Amino acid sequence: MGQTAIRIEKLSKEYHIGGPQKTYDRLGSQVVDTLAAPFRKAGKLMRGQAGGASEQDVAIWALKDISFEIKHGEVIGIIGRNGAGKSTLLKILSRITEPTEGYVDVYGRIGSLLEVGTGFHPELTGRENIYMNGAILGMTRKEIDRKFDEIVAFSEVGKFIDTVVKHYSSGMYVRLAFGVAAHLDPEILLVDEVLAVGDVAFQKKCLGKMGDVAKAGRTVLFVSHNMAVIQTLCSRGICLRSGGVVADGPITEVVQEYLRDLEQVKTENVAGRKDRKGWGKVKLIDLDVSDGGERPTTLLRTGGPARFTFDVSGVLANLSLGFTILDDLGQPLALFKSDVPGPEDSQHSDGRVQFICDIDELMLVPGRYRLDVFIRGGGERQDLLEAATFFDVEVGQLRGRQITAPENQRISTVMPHRWQSPQS
Amino acid sequence: MDNIKQEIPSVPITDSVTPTYPDFPLIQIRPTKGWVSLKLNELWKYRELLYFFTWRDLKIRYKQTVLGASWAIIQPFLTMVVFSLFFGRLAKIPSEGVPYPLFSYAALVPWTFFANGVLQGANVLVNNSDMIRKIYFPRLTMPIATVFAGLVDFVLAFIVLLGMILVYHILPAANYDASITLNVLWLPMFLLLALVTTLGVTFWLSAMNAQFRDVRYVVPFLVQVWLFLTPIAYPSSLVDMPWRVLYWLNPMTGVVEGFRWALLGTDTAPGPMIIISTVTAVIFLITGAFYFRKMERVLADVI
Repeated sequence: MGQTAIRIEKLSKEYHIGGPQKTYDRLGSQVVDTLAAPFRKAGKLMRGQAGGASEQDVAIWALKDISFEIKHGEVIGIIGRNGAGKSTLLKILSRITEPTEGYVDVYGRIGSLLEVGTGFHPELTGRENIYMNGAILGMTRKEIDRKFDEIVAFSEVGKFIDTVVKHYSSGMYVRLAFGVAAHLDPEILLVDEVLAVGDVAFQKKCLGKMGDVAKAGRTVLFVSHNMAVIQTLCSRGICLRSGGVVADGPITEVVQEYLRDLEQVKTENVAGRKDRKGWGKVKLIDLDVSDGGERPTTLLRTGGPARFTFDVSGVLANLSLGFTILDDLGQPLALFKSDVPGPEDSQHSDGRVQFICDIDELMLVPGRYRLDVFIRGGGERQDLLEAATFFDVEVGQLRGRQITAPENQRISTVMPHRWQSPQS
Repeated sequence: MDNIKQEIPSVPITDSVTPTYPDFPLIQIRPTKGWVSLKLNELWKYRELLYFFTWRDLKIRYKQTVLGASWAIIQPFLTMVVFSLFFGRLAKIPSEGVPYPLFSYAALVPWTFFANGVLQGANVLVNNSDMIRKIYFPRLTMPIATVFAGLVDFVLAFIVLLGMILVYHILPAANYDASITLNVLWLPMFLLLALVTTLGVTFWLSAMNAQFRDVRYVVPFLVQVWLFLTPIAYPSSLVDMPWRVLYWLNPMTGVVEGFRWALLGTDTAPGPMIIISTVTAVIFLITGAFYFRKMERVLADVI
């Protein structure tokens, strides 16, 4: 404790839009130029903007002038909306991509859980993959020998250790992959929401492992959108927005800052938002919440009806929309997907490009909730918009029972139910 | 134990920007300015990974094939049979006094090493893009491992070559008298030349392929043309003098002629021309490595 683990000074990373970070180019007439300066040119002959209208390539600063210091033993939560620069930061720290300006000094070995399962080859056995993956992650063979039994025990693959991993179930595969990464024992560990994988018991184990790592005095940088998990694990938080640090301090304060930041987007127009992920052929352009009445509202009632109306920019083969309702700390509560059919589903006959989801009884306790929306089409994710909107739920009745907000407890959902009690 | 502890020098705290701590290795992450360095020391540090990559390549190379590693032999051998039929029998191309099958196979063995190394190496970054986007390691290990793994195939095909020499020597009808001379001692040098050439070309192509997927389609064509620009199906004596110098710019010419001279005793002793071949090969290797390293900086962003 006390010694510097990571020092970041005026770190900036520039990406060229439609440029190098997208996939591939055509060789064509640029070959000569390209040999001289392949990297700057790349942005100019993109597939997407092949019309030649791309003479001025647009530069985007994914990170701009970031400076902070992390001490050994700190467990830090990196939070921020999509496109805030969290992933870019982790990528620079793990040396996958180079910064454009500024520098980072890292004292100690960095391991990252960005990489779970990469380098695994389906044709190799579990044992072989452990050695292979360990070597890729920078472990020596002796180290792997020493950790081998621990990794096997952690991943629960047991007697399948000498089976080719292509015959593994996806759960076994993930557990083994995570086992190797988790036993790397780096001085500094980067974690990017991989905890979303695996079953609940395994997730708990992973969190436990992270806790161990933190307790052993290791430094952990944890990127997540789940504020509840971040608050339990981290002591310090750093909040990024548009490539800059907007808050750095005790985790609870930083989380508050982040939540304020999230709420601010609500005032922004959905169509104008840039913090999206996905291919973007179809985007969410408008979103309304209503309680079944004519007028949109952001105030719903427990046990009452709710209608979510999503306007999208176009149609595509296999177009589907889904959304998640999350509580105010980013804990996901319920998932709704239009591609999972139900008997009462219908399609518009009037050509509207709109998804409407009706909920008869809202089983949420009074409080503030947020909606993350995603659109799939043509077999790809087209759009993902976090915190697309917020809505409030006020006290109401669920099947005649009055539901109020629980005190001092993080409870969000409620179910219709009945009691049989002794006479009083 | 105490002695060891005392031997660790205490670090003088100076006013330099970056104090070093003895117990944690310092990794500096900086934007590269100007010329890239090859970072050969880092490559050395990751030699175990190089070994693992090579091992993995060998392990999975012939997985799910019926004939397995015999493909290493079948490839050059069948090509030899085809060449013998069309170029040897039909076109009656001269073969420096050596039976044509032997003549062409001796060239096809190093050629196949080169061709397969380039064909597979060119795609190695693209095929492993997942890993490249997520983990840091010296990327040069990947093409190098692919080329190294090809050495095993080479050895297998080479054993068959020795067998063929023996068979032709015994067979009276072949009228061939194999006289292995001390020239054989030069063979490793020619193999080294083949290795350097293969690595150099692979560095170039794999790095270019990461950015321009056109390369994927160009490479098989390139290898095909290169095959005919190398005296494999025919002797280099068919090429006349003014063109010859140009011809030797192709390092594989030096390799193939050297193999025949060292093993079959053909009259193709490497003269001054081999210097041209070697220089070209080394230029390929060095420029290729630098180009690759330059590309490596943005690799994760473009691939």
